Amino acid sequence: MANQGDRMQRRTFLKAAGVAGIVAAGRAPAFAQGTKLHIVRWVDFIPEADVELKRQAPEASKALGAEVTFEFINANDLQPRITAAIQSGSGADIIQMLWNWPQLYANALVDVSDVAEPIGKAQGGYYDVFNASAKVGGKWLAVPHGCGGNAVAYRRSWFNEIGVKEFPKTWDEYREVGKKLKAKGKPIGQALGHSFGDPPVFSYAFLWDFGGAEVDASGKKVAINSKGTLESVKFLQAFWKDACDEGGLAWDDTNNNRAFHAGELSATLNGASIYIVAKRQKDKIKDEKGEPLFQDIEHAALMPKGPAGQFALYLPFQHSVMKYSKNQKLAKDFLKWLHQDANYGKWFEVNEGYSVGAAKKWEDHPMWARVDKPLQVFRQAARLTRAFGHPGPASAKATESYTKYVIVDMYAKAVQGMKAEDAVKWAEGELKKIYEG
Amino acid sequence: MKNPIAGGAGSAARVEVALPHSGAVRRRRALERLLENERLLAFALLTPTVVLLGAFIAYPFVMGVWFSLSSISVGNPAEFVGLKNFVKAWNDSIFRTAFWNTTFYTFWATIFKLALGMWLAIILNRHFRGKRLVRASMLLPFIIPTVLSTFAWRWMFDPTFSVLNWTLYTAGMIVTKLPFLSNGDWALWCAIVVNTWRGMPFFAITLLAGLQTINTDLHEAASLDGANGWKRFWHVTWPLLKPVTVVVVVFSIIQTFSDFQLIYVLTGGGPANSTHLLATYAYQIGVATGLLGEGAAISLFMLPVLFLVVWVQLRYLRRLEGA
Repeated sequence: MANQGDRMQRRTFLKAAGVAGIVAAGRAPAFAQGTKLHIVRWVDFIPEADVELKRQAPEASKALGAEVTFEFINANDLQPRITAAIQSGSGADIIQMLWNWPQLYANALVDVSDVAEPIGKAQGGYYDVFNASAKVGGKWLAVPHGCGGNAVAYRRSWFNEIGVKEFPKTWDEYREVGKKLKAKGKPIGQALGHSFGDPPVFSYAFLWDFGGAEVDASGKKVAINSKGTLESVKFLQAFWKDACDEGGLAWDDTNNNRAFHAGELSATLNGASIYIVAKRQKDKIKDEKGEPLFQDIEHAALMPKGPAGQFALYLPFQHSVMKYSKNQKLAKDFLKWLHQDANYGKWFEVNEGYSVGAAKKWEDHPMWARVDKPLQVFRQAARLTRAFGHPGPASAKATESYTKYVIVDMYAKAVQGMKAEDAVKWAEGELKKIYEG
Repeated sequence: MKNPIAGGAGSAARVEVALPHSGAVRRRRALERLLENERLLAFALLTPTVVLLGAFIAYPFVMGVWFSLSSISVGNPAEFVGLKNFVKAWNDSIFRTAFWNTTFYTFWATIFKLALGMWLAIILNRHFRGKRLVRASMLLPFIIPTVLSTFAWRWMFDPTFSVLNWTLYTAGMIVTKLPFLSNGDWALWCAIVVNTWRGMPFFAITLLAGLQTINTDLHEAASLDGANGWKRFWHVTWPLLKPVTVVVVVFSIIQTFSDFQLIYVLTGGGPANSTHLLATYAYQIGVATGLLGEGAAISLFMLPVLFLVVWVQLRYLRRLEGA
């Protein structure tokens, strides 16, 4: 059995070793040895963005004194993962929230106002959309991270071939252009299936362009059955038949990228990924003349103008710290680290405009001077977007309507042959059950 | 080994030595009696199964029932709301579409699986070169994970790059692309085709096992009596195969009615909910929307339907066995 003297010697040794370790590291370890921080995010449409975050993980681990690991999963699988994590009370410490999901999971998220407020203030203020997407009851339940803009990617040469030198200004003009292009076997492509991104960003913006809305400003009274909505549905029925690839009803968020790269589409509403991927894979993705396709891609910042104006729905995303996490302090420290200019800036740059900053400061980043002209349209993208539930609040009910694809399916039903009036009535019934039920 | 009490009456020392041994014997006998107690043995053998069934079947089922009667949503506590979720689902047009789709999908997929599975089983019951290889390869659709095989089908039905459309177009059989997944009716039939492709081997292999139990003498006797192929099937094979068929159909209906993976991967329930099944809609409401109570109510609608189907079929099976 060891005597008292032995024990003292061991303690002395351990103390000395600890101090030596701290001196070597240059600071005191903040968290218990072996502490891990697990972050779940979507698989980015720009693969280099995930590569950059993975590259940063060891740097973050070193800075925080804990092991930081990223896990990337399909965006359509994020919600199942969040649900399972919250209900079981275990899972990743930080989860990426798309759209206004913090509204939906509010009771399971940590108040991160102490992290979000200073970052927003230091970076010129967050865009308005994040008040709707990440703030619940005056508290930040997620730290805004970025916003995925979208624009109409189109083939300049094909538009020129039919005498169109600039992107159509109104929906009527766009329909005429699309008609000519479809007749040449080069239709416009639009996803209208059940998928988290492209179908809703098109459907909601299109509805707003014609003056339609799900609810009134109170967010309590359903207002979908309006002249504007009906006009939009009737217009889309004709537009779909005349100008679009009718396969879009079965598309998810990746189909239009593939179809555009394969030279099957003349135009499609999408994020910057079509252009960026075409450029980064210029040896593989070529046009019919064998030239790199990206050279023939233009972007129109917004879809054409409707009777009520020109609107957009862009994808805000943010990081939430989960209430069940045992590493909440570490998670907040990580988010502070992630949003330091040096670290965030590197991630921001590899995106080349696909995901823009959550705060206005990033509009002035030198990257914008370097990126190609078609990508410049995304510079102020986050200023333009509306949120689900407009003109009412972006509440959990608005999220329910989105996850049930009510607006998307109203249009999908109509283009499949349902009478426009019946499609609108169907949507009204579904929305009443959500908002007024 | 020497018997410790075999020496009869002896010294105190011998008794002292013998006592522990006799105790051990008593304990062994007690243990033997314990093991021979059928009630206790049955209890001991059943306990692990009961615990497993309780933990993995009964508990989730009871929780599902409780959820369906409550207002629980993700991250929020449950409050008892009675049948409100069931009433809401019943008045929901998407639910009614999903219910109809599920019935339609199950009915036709089961019919096709039975007909084609039977046909395949009869072919495989014959002797031909490479029979074993064919039998083994027939199981491939059943062995490949559903998600993987459905992804392959999704590519084949892809609106832009469908190999089927390309083949038909190249062969001059079509002038415009067939709307495999972009038309609601087509999409549901495509899902039935994929389900049939995947489930047919289960029917075939089980019916083949049933066919092999039928005595060949019966067929020979029927042939001698002048029965042709169809008559031999209808009057000899089919009656003897009925019990196996009923069991296979029951299993298939349960699996098909509660199908999820195939639709989730192939169409996600679209376009415009035209391929939503009860399981995929329950998932959309419960998991994607976070309304766990409503999602549980939608999935529990499957229970009475399946219970009725199983009850009717098992009653029929009992009658067959009694006949």
